[in-house]
Amino acid sequence: MTDRGTWVDQALREHEEHARQAGRPAGAGTDREQQVLDRIDRARKRRPRVREERITMSHGSGGKATRTLVEAVFLDAFRNALLEPLEDAAQLHLNGSRVALTTDSYVVSPLFFPGGDIGDLAVNGTVNDLAVSGATPLYLSAGFILEEGFPVADLTRITGSMKAAAEVAGVQVVTGDTKVVQKGKADGCYINTAGIGVVEHDVSLGVANAQPGDAVIVSGPIGEHGVTIMLARGELDIEADITSDTAPLNGLIAELLSAAPGVRALRDATRGGVATILNEVATAAGAGVLVSEDAIPVSPVVRGASELLGIDPMYVACEGRLVAVVAGDQAEAALAALHASPLGAGAAVIGQITDDHPGIVLLRTAFGGTRIVDLLVGDPLPRIC
Amino acid sequence: MRFVDEFRDADKAHALAAKIAELCEPGRQYKLMEVCGGHTHTIYKHGLEDYLPESVTLVHGPGCPVCVIPMGRVDDAMHLAAQPDTIMTSFGDMMRVPGSQGSFFDAKAAGTDIRMVYSPLDSLKIARRNPDKRVVFMAIGMETTTPSTAMTVLRAAAEGLDNFSIFCNHVTIIPAIKAILDSPDLRLDGFIGPGHVSTVIGCRPYEFIARDYGKPVVVAGFEPLDILQSIYMLMVQLAEGRSEVENQYTRVVPWDGNLAALKAINQVMELRPYFEWRGLGFISHSAMRVRPEYARFDAEMLFDVPGVRVADPKACQCGEVLKGVLKPWECKVFGTACTPETPIGTCMVSPEGACAAYYNFGRMNRRRVDVSIS
Repeated sequence: MTDRGTWVDQALREHEEHARQAGRPAGAGTDREQQVLDRIDRARKRRPRVREERITMSHGSGGKATRTLVEAVFLDAFRNALLEPLEDAAQLHLNGSRVALTTDSYVVSPLFFPGGDIGDLAVNGTVNDLAVSGATPLYLSAGFILEEGFPVADLTRITGSMKAAAEVAGVQVVTGDTKVVQKGKADGCYINTAGIGVVEHDVSLGVANAQPGDAVIVSGPIGEHGVTIMLARGELDIEADITSDTAPLNGLIAELLSAAPGVRALRDATRGGVATILNEVATAAGAGVLVSEDAIPVSPVVRGASELLGIDPMYVACEGRLVAVVAGDQAEAALAALHASPLGAGAAVIGQITDDHPGIVLLRTAFGGTRIVDLLVGDPLPRIC
Repeated sequence: MRFVDEFRDADKAHALAAKIAELCEPGRQYKLMEVCGGHTHTIYKHGLEDYLPESVTLVHGPGCPVCVIPMGRVDDAMHLAAQPDTIMTSFGDMMRVPGSQGSFFDAKAAGTDIRMVYSPLDSLKIARRNPDKRVVFMAIGMETTTPSTAMTVLRAAAEGLDNFSIFCNHVTIIPAIKAILDSPDLRLDGFIGPGHVSTVIGCRPYEFIARDYGKPVVVAGFEPLDILQSIYMLMVQLAEGRSEVENQYTRVVPWDGNLAALKAINQVMELRPYFEWRGLGFISHSAMRVRPEYARFDAEMLFDVPGVRVADPKACQCGEVLKGVLKPWECKVFGTACTPETPIGTCMVSPEGACAAYYNFGRMNRRRVDVSIS
């Protein structure tokens, strides 16, 4: 709130300035809408600033507020060439090897849900962050923050899930940490995992690499984890047969990269969903993204729940789905490789990268119209992972 | 998916759009107001304007419950929420609405106990579970949500709950439409009537618009084909020189409304002499308050509410946007100082607000769908 006066004044000054330059009073003209759009575009490219005095739940949403916080506070404090791309994992060169390093914290509520628990997420999420950077995940760390009074049986159930998930993904938990806080100072169990892996493929993946003509692929129906968590909380009194999609994607990604070396970028669609990733692609690559609503795979349960609740599945989290940007001529090969694995059986090309409308994600709706898909404001569902 | 896809069929949309184009008289401009924010949201979410000829303009109306809450009422709610041993409950839409001291979200981050609920009945659950706290529900909305608030008060009365009250901000749409019709700075050709409100009040209350103001009204559903068909029905009326109230949303809206819902409202609430609408100013008999018989559930009676009128920020032009005088992008601070992340005005807050809908979905060069028949 503190600096609201100044930035509002600045906006008003710009408005007047703009009207003067255009040689007519503010409020006249035919191409004025386009000028306003250009002005907004410039405003959006300004260095982000956190305007709130305190952290709000929006800062954890994975949307606009999260990006602002990360860029204005964390990137500002730690700025270096390895951090700056803000990819899911950092790429390091150690003694001639390419190593990927990532970390993630898990605060999902409830801890146990259909299809998995916080332990599955803590392993799969970090494995996936490594895998989408093109690395073969190898070793994880696990840090636990436990609340006084937390049942040991629940903890062993969680560690059991972690062990099983690690076996499936082919990684080992090799170091860890335990902290306990007083009752009421945490919510049962929080987990942080970090992971390292080696980059064996000769690939350089990154959303900035996307080029006009590339195809955008998702590896399966979207939004299943988010809707599962939403319903598992029992606050909505909706019952549906749905389970989380949590899964390790390293095997699928290895197949994909061998079949289609023209893969330019991979992301796992977690918080903020597919829409957030498409926006990251558009922004980083300075290109447009055009997707078709008809082509996006969404299961009937997710679609129904989303319609009922007024949410857009494009923003709902997945925990075992990836978004791939692939050179247009290799889209077929990439799709075939994904379809060959059960985890990618529902893969589909959902759109393409264009040189039109740079920085903006457009959706061709099933109805036949067009609209923008922006980063989400606010948090429809906190503590999803 | 059944009951959804049928109402989003692109082929039918093409056919309707071609008929609408045929009905346009050359050189004539058509300005149609969709009163309801839910319609505004659908229009942008599905890119419906792509189907309209350039001479047909949709003007976004005042039917966004969050958008019309004046700053002073937000401040009053914050004051109530800040009282000791109080839990404030609110619909999610309301959480980001700025008062003069920030929003519910800001207050929540600073430690005030504010909880999001999906239904007013959820507030009752919270009240039952927390007998040592007083639970206040921030009641907002037009006739669509008023019955559920009224039913909640009746339930609380039946259960004898003594720690639950509502801060009533329910408004009623007809006086606002009349205020817009009487406003000198706007020329409208017809109205897309609010479907959800009409499920409660029916279609009769709009008859004065057709009779006294000579403007056609078509009560519309919320799927994109509903709206496109309603636009077509309005264009037919305009072409034939008629002005009548028609009901496109017959699958849901009974002509006489929902009598049980109206009865519940009438039992619990009565009209206020006047109420301030954001940007529209004070409108007489445009809002509801709790009847004296239910005063024990009325936060305004139970607690000290400052009730101070707070002027909108000088940069904010929500009033003009709500009246349809300005398009969202014509506001001075649209998209630069006022964005969904840091809204100055309410129209940028709710997903039903015209500014938020335009900013999130429509901020681009529109390419019209070619509907010419080959």
